[in-house]
Amino acid sequence: MPTFAPPDLIPALPELVLACSAMVLLLIGAFRGEGSARLVSWLAVLALLVTLGLTARIGIDRRVGFYGMFITDPFAVFMKTLVLVGSAVTIVMGIRFFEDHRIARFEFPVLVLLATTGMMIMVSANDLLTLYLGIELQSLALYVVASFDRDSTRSSEAGLKYFVLGALASGMLLYGISLVYGFSGTTSFAGLATALTGTAKSEAGMVIGLVFVSVGLAFKVSAVPFHMWTPDVYEGAPTPVTAFFSVAPKMAAIALFVRVMIEPFGAMLADWRQIIVFLSVASMILGAVAAIAQTNIKRLMAYSSIGHVGYALIGLAAGTPAGIRGVLVYMAIYLFMNVGTFAVILCMRRQGQMVENIADLAGLSRSQPGLALALAIFMFAMAGIPPTAGFFSKLYIFVAAIEAHLNGLAIIGVLASVVGAFYYLRIVKLMYFDEPIAAFDRPIAAELKGVLVVTALVTLFFFLLPDPIVGSAQAAAASLFGH
Amino acid sequence: MTHWPLLSLVTFLPLVGVFFIMIARGDEAVVARNARNIALSTSVIVFLLSILLWTGFDPTTAAFQFVEKASWIRIGGFQINYHMGIDGISLFFVLLSTLLTVICVLASWQSVHRQVREYMIAFLVLETLMVGMFCALDFVLFYVFFEGVLIPMFLIIGVWGGPRRVYAAFKFFLYTLLGSVLMLLAILAVYFQTGSTDVVVALTHHFPPELQRWLWLAFMASFAVKVPMWPVHTWLPDAHVEAPTAGSVILAGVLLKMGGYGFVRFSLPMFPLASQYFTPLVFALSAIAVIYTSFVALAQTDMKKLIAYSSVAHMGFVTMGIFAVTSEAVQGAVVQMLSHGLVSSALFLCVGVVYDRLHTRDIDRYGGLVTRMPAYAFVFMAFMLASVGLPGTSGFVGEFLILLGTFRVSTLECFLAATAMFLGAAYMLYLYRRVIFGTITRDDLRGMLDLSLREKLVFAPLILLVLWMGIYPASFLGPIRASVDHLVAQVNAATGTTQHASLQ
Repeated sequence: MPTFAPPDLIPALPELVLACSAMVLLLIGAFRGEGSARLVSWLAVLALLVTLGLTARIGIDRRVGFYGMFITDPFAVFMKTLVLVGSAVTIVMGIRFFEDHRIARFEFPVLVLLATTGMMIMVSANDLLTLYLGIELQSLALYVVASFDRDSTRSSEAGLKYFVLGALASGMLLYGISLVYGFSGTTSFAGLATALTGTAKSEAGMVIGLVFVSVGLAFKVSAVPFHMWTPDVYEGAPTPVTAFFSVAPKMAAIALFVRVMIEPFGAMLADWRQIIVFLSVASMILGAVAAIAQTNIKRLMAYSSIGHVGYALIGLAAGTPAGIRGVLVYMAIYLFMNVGTFAVILCMRRQGQMVENIADLAGLSRSQPGLALALAIFMFAMAGIPPTAGFFSKLYIFVAAIEAHLNGLAIIGVLASVVGAFYYLRIVKLMYFDEPIAAFDRPIAAELKGVLVVTALVTLFFFLLPDPIVGSAQAAAASLFGH
Repeated sequence: MTHWPLLSLVTFLPLVGVFFIMIARGDEAVVARNARNIALSTSVIVFLLSILLWTGFDPTTAAFQFVEKASWIRIGGFQINYHMGIDGISLFFVLLSTLLTVICVLASWQSVHRQVREYMIAFLVLETLMVGMFCALDFVLFYVFFEGVLIPMFLIIGVWGGPRRVYAAFKFFLYTLLGSVLMLLAILAVYFQTGSTDVVVALTHHFPPELQRWLWLAFMASFAVKVPMWPVHTWLPDAHVEAPTAGSVILAGVLLKMGGYGFVRFSLPMFPLASQYFTPLVFALSAIAVIYTSFVALAQTDMKKLIAYSSVAHMGFVTMGIFAVTSEAVQGAVVQMLSHGLVSSALFLCVGVVYDRLHTRDIDRYGGLVTRMPAYAFVFMAFMLASVGLPGTSGFVGEFLILLGTFRVSTLECFLAATAMFLGAAYMLYLYRRVIFGTITRDDLRGMLDLSLREKLVFAPLILLVLWMGIYPASFLGPIRASVDHLVAQVNAATGTTQHASLQ
């Protein structure tokens, strides 16, 4: 007779704390009314930092909770750190923006906390159901956040578009999950890994299920050809929300993608590698080519993020510890470059209004040299030019690709990076070569300034001390293999 | 031997200057003056330090000297070291870089008016990257310096360049990047072959013949664009014409040498079989380069463009000499690169002198300058003759050695190259006649002032060096010889070629 044993809650403690903080903050907001946005925002940042501390404290060893449905390991800790940092920084960057636009409401930080909880569950999923639960918790909060500027048609459109396409992706994912369950009889990652060492992996239904799961996850990381929502959502959503979308959910989705492919479906490497290679090539090429024609900087960043996902997927396609290390280093550096770039975009305002055209950056080196220098660093980093951090992120990806004999993929990758360099350089050209037009509003908010300085310094001087990030990425990648 | 980390000092000292320029405060004129002074003193100190490298250099060994090695990235299987060192091949390129930076700072003293602070920062950063590139003995470190050069050069062309500067800057950047990224993949392939990113390890590693060809082609993609070899030379005329004078000086003086240096340092010793296999290709491209671009140079109406095309021709000689793989030819190629670094830089400075006065580079706008500017006419003549390869100048030594060495490998190639020397004399003398001789027909030419003291100071060391290299080349060939002989012996051992002992 089975006896009741309470689930082991310790591995999930950070998620529990975060979820409870979200509830408490919701209450605080509800009782204190409209004026509480700033307080709730800072408390949310505090909650995220506490969660970060707890995550680091708990997850050094590989631990499984909730009857094997939930896992923490160095990989989860690494990705959760990125997610939490991304969320915290974007909340901080948004405070002033929402106040200036008179849409400062306490719901925003609360929704971000809920979304972040979802992301952490995604990262720690050890079962296809946990995975789905995490994705839906994240997505529902994100749909609302995307249309947070509810009086703006663009923002509402972005939210709706995101919702419809996101629901479609979830449907496909769920269909894939049901197929996988049908042909293997389990949803647990460990069970799947065992089942797939047998005959299950040659089942056609299993392969079709894998394809649908991959498609659903490709939607979430916005890899081509499932990227259509990205430019519209990035452009329509309020800028801090776009900044948030471009980092935290991307980290979580990539983490999930990596874990699902390596742990349960590791035995089917030969099958899913073809899919990943295709997604990667298509994303790199489209990200590089389509960005050239953009005039809106948020749309440009959308295509840029599509391209970057393509590079990260090279590491996944390698399917080796070195490849996953490459993915992790890539995402960590991407976090800094991207957050920094969005901090600059948030500074692009004239007479209190946001300006989003790339042409508005003309002559920035003359009117605001510091800002221009920071953006130039980010652009050179995104183009992968040494000695910036962006070069090292690509280096680790290509090391893995060459090691796994994916020479064709690596060559396409570097060639696409040359095409991509063109549009990053175009921004540098506007700032440095063109005559200045009117300057942006001053002063820059202190929070933004802080974010800018830190991200720019990390991006530029990463080469001085790469060991901490590379080392923890190495340990995190190793934890996915060999058990 | 000194225990100071001399190479690191020479490499990174310019960044200290950058720091001081950055903290300079005050109104624009004060900042500009401080920036100029700091940049000049920094570059002079760096140059003096680099002379210590020459005096402390042991010319009897082919081994790397002034070696510094420290762990940089330790994680996992992919370990990267901070490994620096120079041998006879790289020694003079370091000196060339530090000397030309001083010259550039001096040459831009008055011709750059806006954003002086940023301008000087760009040049000092460029100096760090150039010197670092010639000293790096780790592939990743080398690549970081090699590629990093693009950023300051892109800004120098784009911000302080001429009317079509944006086009030229983009073309320069993307062309070079396209070549380099392929080399990056080849570097990673080398890493998986040798198990290390260390250059010294790779230099003695025996790569499988089939792989050698692919890797050779990937390295070639990068270096051929940098040299530049025909047909990927088209970025060079644009970049030269649009870049400010000092930018052209660095481009011609140092950046082009990165390609030739790469061939000598990496392609030959690491891939000797592939080098032998592809020698006909390189010879064909070099012959086309020297003859075709010489004709193109004859037809130019823009002074800078003419000198740019002459650079392509001169570098054609260099690639020819390198792949002849005889001791004389490779020594000649190195000397020719040094000589071209001095001479073409000086020629661009000569163009800069008249451009500063008249703001045009159109050859037809000039004529009869000798009557108003005798000192200028003399300086121009000296470098024009050095470019032609007159005995007694540095140009002669390099070209003579290259022809001597190539003759033993391919008589036809030697014949074609000798033809191009004749063409070279034609376009340079034709240029000189049109600009300096004749009668003054325009009023604005009558008011031209001769060289100022500052300009004379810029030219004086260059003339001295050109003559020194021409009259007593032994002081330069001495340190180069041991390394080149070792290299040639190594390549010949790998390819099984036997050769007569060197003439010297």
